[in-house]
Amino acid sequence: MPPTRFAYRRAPDQDRATPSHHPIVIVGAGPVGLSLAIDLAQRGQPVLLLDDAERIGEGSRAICFSKRTLEAWDRLGVAAPMLAKGVTWQRGRIFSGAHELFDFNLLPEGGHKMPAFINLQQFYAEAHLVARAGDVPGLDLRWANRVTAVTQDDAGVHVTIQTPDGPYALTATHLVACDGARSPIRAMLGADFVGETFEDLFLIADVKMQAPFPTERWFWFDPPFHPGRSALLHKQPDNVWRIDLQLDRTADPDLERDPDRVRARLTRMLGHGDFSFEWISLYRFQCRRMARFVHDRIIFAGDAAHQVSPFGARGANSGIEDAENLAWKLDAIHRGAPAAALLASYEAERIQAADDNIANSTAATDFIAPATDYEHMLRTTTLRLARHHGFAKRMVNGGRLSKPTAYASPLSTADADPWAGGPPPGAPLVDVPLRAPGGTPSFLTDAFRAAGCTFTLLRHGDGPTLDGIPTLTIGEAEWHDVDGLFAQRYDTSPGDAYLLRPDGYIACRLRAATIPPLRAALTRACGET
Amino acid sequence: MTLRTENNLPDPDTAYRLLVAAHRRLAPDLHASFDAALVLLLANHIGDPEILRQALAAAAASVEA
Ligand SMILES: Cc1cc2nc3c(=O)[nH]c(=O)nc-3n(C[C@H](O)[C@H](O)[C@H](O)COP(=O)(O)OP(=O)(O)OC[C@H]3O[C@@H](n4cnc5c(N)ncnc54)[C@H](O)[C@@H]3O)c2cc1C
Repeated sequence: MPPTRFAYRRAPDQDRATPSHHPIVIVGAGPVGLSLAIDLAQRGQPVLLLDDAERIGEGSRAICFSKRTLEAWDRLGVAAPMLAKGVTWQRGRIFSGAHELFDFNLLPEGGHKMPAFINLQQFYAEAHLVARAGDVPGLDLRWANRVTAVTQDDAGVHVTIQTPDGPYALTATHLVACDGARSPIRAMLGADFVGETFEDLFLIADVKMQAPFPTERWFWFDPPFHPGRSALLHKQPDNVWRIDLQLDRTADPDLERDPDRVRARLTRMLGHGDFSFEWISLYRFQCRRMARFVHDRIIFAGDAAHQVSPFGARGANSGIEDAENLAWKLDAIHRGAPAAALLASYEAERIQAADDNIANSTAATDFIAPATDYEHMLRTTTLRLARHHGFAKRMVNGGRLSKPTAYASPLSTADADPWAGGPPPGAPLVDVPLRAPGGTPSFLTDAFRAAGCTFTLLRHGDGPTLDGIPTLTIGEAEWHDVDGLFAQRYDTSPGDAYLLRPDGYIACRLRAATIPPLRAALTRACGET
Repeated sequence: MTLRTENNLPDPDTAYRLLVAAHRRLAPDLHASFDAALVLLLANHIGDPEILRQALAAAAASVEA
């Protein structure tokens, strides 16, 4: 396991008479700030990443990392060790009372490089990201650097930082606040953060035990071992299991934290007491977001910008999506692309995603913890109907797991041709197996990475090229669609083409593609019209 | 689609009688969950969230009046 504690080091900036200038400063080395910093540095931007701690956060936090996150992390060079350590899963099972209601499969089709999900303790994920951050040239990560003040004007952002050696100041062209749900920077700007707070108290315990359960997400409504409430069981690496128990809304957190009391609850659930505690936490959850994510030169991402309840694993995963959305835009801006248009597109796209995530997490939390007697009755009725009727199974909501949002985006060019399938403009690339030009079995996500994770013309067979951007050709002598899954999943025939953005989202697609409409779509996707 | 609020049943009396008869057989504490199950089944059958929205609005108006 890579290290999780890091020494404070004095930086040359601290000995300068006047504040040094950095093009991009990121505040917060959680999963979001780290992913963003690595992405920017890989794209060639010097980045300064500041974190107030000297260690990776511990305790019960994220465990489920999505396919989309893994695809982003693969581009950042960290997916392989995480996959090796993580528990791969795609199946969930829902129980009501003493009975199993149904199971579901989050990735029934094959031919994807990344699984539907892995479970991995957040601190492991962060440790791998920190290790990678240390290897990427141009990334300066400073621990025990707490941002205590930010102001901005036409010249830039003025940042004051507290360290064990005392304070220092610097300036930045852009500052990205990835400083978590309690975001001090949000408070410094006096920006709002409004939404819904759920009254129910949840007990989250990570326990170590030898257990025969499969690597599936198990969710119970009203189980015999915890009558009237809900429960969740999910496997993590190292024989650690995540258990969530819904408690009364009047429950006293200090009392419920008592290990003996938790032990009694879990013994009822597991039928034995043969486990030890890693962590015990009590949470009340919130779903909320900032009204705006972009405040001139200060940009918010991750939990600082939006927060959800954990049913659906949409917190860190959506934050990683923020990071991949913002990284290429900031890179382009620092190479001269129009800042206002690209930052506006970040805000528009990621607010759509935040609203989607909040809607899904709120619906799940309302179903899991009904707020009124009526809602409780409606849920009980739905669960009863679900024993016999398929439609009601679809209403049973034990968490809708994180999926990327397809954007209605100012950067997209709408379809002009008829398409019967395939990812539409604004949607993320869908993986397919391909044979690489050298003959090795590979994937479209690998081909995109090999092309440089930049604007890429993805075409089926021969066709036009665009000056200044790479072309990925699907064809026997190039990336070979051995199983025909590219043609199927992208609904293409020879001559058709997709234009991919640097984050792997679709900017536009054309049948019998020609240069003028492709060029126009590229200009639009660059924020230039 | 718009919610039909003029008569759409061949025999409205039969529909009303069916509801009454079904509820007469129920213990008093089961009326609410029975109706909830009925609403869920019918909502799924209709399959149109816009119709459901209009029906909910009409129902809300009827209890507020
Ligand atoms: C019980 C639970 C289960 C969860 N499960 C999942 C899950 O399965 N999947 C999922 O995707 N998400 C899950 N989440 C959510 C996930 O943990 C968060 O969404 C994620 O940590 C957000 O990452 P972040 O980088 O935005 O913020 P954080 O991880 O909070 O990082 C913020 C960083 O900023 C630093 N910082 C703060 N202030 C300053 C300052 N002034 N100066 C410098 N640095 C500062 C902090 O030290 C910290 O390192 C779960 C959360 C909980 C509580």
